[in-house]
Amino acid sequence: MTEIGLGHYLTLGAVIFTIGIVGIFLNRKNIIVILMSIELILLAVNINLVSFSIYLNDLSGQVFTLFILTVAAAEAAIGLAIIVVYYRNSGTIRVEEIDKLKG
Amino acid sequence: MFNLELVFPEIFLSLSIMFLLILGVFKNNSSKLVFNITIIVLIITAVITFNETLGIEKNLLFNNSIIIDYLSSFMKIITLLAAFLVLIISSSYLKTFKIFKIEYPILILSSVLGMMIMISSNDLIVFYVGLELQSLALYVLATFNRDQLKSSEAGLKYFVLSALSSGLLLYGCSLIYGFTGSTNFEIISYQLGANEYALTFGIVFILVGLAFKISAVPFHMWAPDVYEGSPTTVTLFFAIVPKIAALTVFIRFLYVPFLNLIDQWQMIIIFLSIASMLFGAIAAIGQTNLKRLIAYSSIGHVGYALAGVATGSNDGIQSSIIYITIYIVMNLGFFSCLLMLKRNKEYYEDIDDLSGLSKNHPLLSLSLLVILFSLAGIPPLAGFFAKFYIFKSVLEQSMYFLAIVGLLSTVVAAFYYLRIIKIIYFDKEKEKYDTDHSLWLKFSLCFSTFLIAIYFIFPSELIELISKINLI
Repeated sequence: MTEIGLGHYLTLGAVIFTIGIVGIFLNRKNIIVILMSIELILLAVNINLVSFSIYLNDLSGQVFTLFILTVAAAEAAIGLAIIVVYYRNSGTIRVEEIDKLKG
Repeated sequence: MFNLELVFPEIFLSLSIMFLLILGVFKNNSSKLVFNITIIVLIITAVITFNETLGIEKNLLFNNSIIIDYLSSFMKIITLLAAFLVLIISSSYLKTFKIFKIEYPILILSSVLGMMIMISSNDLIVFYVGLELQSLALYVLATFNRDQLKSSEAGLKYFVLSALSSGLLLYGCSLIYGFTGSTNFEIISYQLGANEYALTFGIVFILVGLAFKISAVPFHMWAPDVYEGSPTTVTLFFAIVPKIAALTVFIRFLYVPFLNLIDQWQMIIIFLSIASMLFGAIAAIGQTNLKRLIAYSSIGHVGYALAGVATGSNDGIQSSIIYITIYIVMNLGFFSCLLMLKRNKEYYEDIDDLSGLSKNHPLLSLSLLVILFSLAGIPPLAGFFAKFYIFKSVLEQSMYFLAIVGLLSTVVAAFYYLRIIKIIYFDKEKEKYDTDHSLWLKFSLCFSTFLIAIYFIFPSELIELISKINLI
């Protein structure tokens, strides 16, 4: 059996990160999906940091992860609040209908 | 032993934020009180920064994660003064739209706190926390006029794109941490070399994230929408204050840990700079909304500031800091004029609304003339000198292509500035605007116009202040 090493974790991180980015740009339906994609990006970064931290035997990567988790929670809260405000004004959260500002 | 007095400004600011929040919650109708206290707090913080940290040799605090040196103290003072000027001119606008609430000054204070932490960060973690504190407050500020569709859409767009850019930036941070084994900028700079290839990846990701924050092309697409949709005073805040912090981080990040990888990042910065200068000049031509126009103009100006950063020399850094300082003064003047275009509780923000302004408001038109000439870079106004220093430092490094593109885009950009002047002076006049502006608004307009107009008499004062910034 092959040993699971740093490379595997980094690949997993990179794959999840890419899914997050692609999710933001390909999605034409719902803003909530964008919010979920942003969470995915942050989680991919966390996987990266934790695996680096184990591999390097250095704690600061895990400290960084805790900070990112906290900030991600705050960011999701603010994001949902903004979506609620937007929904109240426009009655929709479909991505393709968010086009009042352009030029 | 920590020299805690060096972080007194940040400590004072965070304690005041908590105090103001409690005051605002427990005292009814306290928005005016909170607003005034906030203005005083900003001044006191600037004075503390001036007294405690300016002129101090490089100092590292908290396990070397915070750096206090001349660059950080200078930029903090500029940030605080800019936030102060934004606040004093915003009260009447907020009252007109009935959004004069306690949250507005408190959010501005918290984003200023985040910027101060960013400016003096010497560690990826501290840098990230400061950046997020800044952006979380800015998301809410952009949505501040929450009953208006435009404002909430601006906030939504800013939130999505900014969160995406933070994600990219973090991915870069994780790569850099993994391949150097530390989050500290100084330790990173000793650990380069081993994995140059992976580190370049990390640098690129972080630069993308930072370019989003200062709206450099090709990561500018949020700027025009957010600038147009947000309340005008918030647009002013967006246009000047976060740019100072982000530029400082750009400089510190590139010149402290990664100076030895200059071959890798120099081309990226040159590309960002050229693209921003050209795009800012060309895309602004067809605009009809003044706030959108100023968004494109700020994209162009960021391009010039980045040209200074791209040189890789001390002169380049100093010239881009001079550029951003003068840019702040010019934008402050421009937005003061914009806030004066008010008739019967309604604010006007289209270019057509300026037509024939000179007949009814000769003084306002004269200051707009000075400000727009300066933005276009016409001598002997301050904007000309700002561009002159940038081109001088770029040419000293014999980067001729960058200088030529910069000059060409100045010429293109001059077109749309001059078009506004033509509309003000030669088009048919419209109804008279209100003239009962607040004293502070008049003060900030006079102050900025005056500074721009007389800068050529005392250019050495600013240069002397900035020449103490030495990173290399």
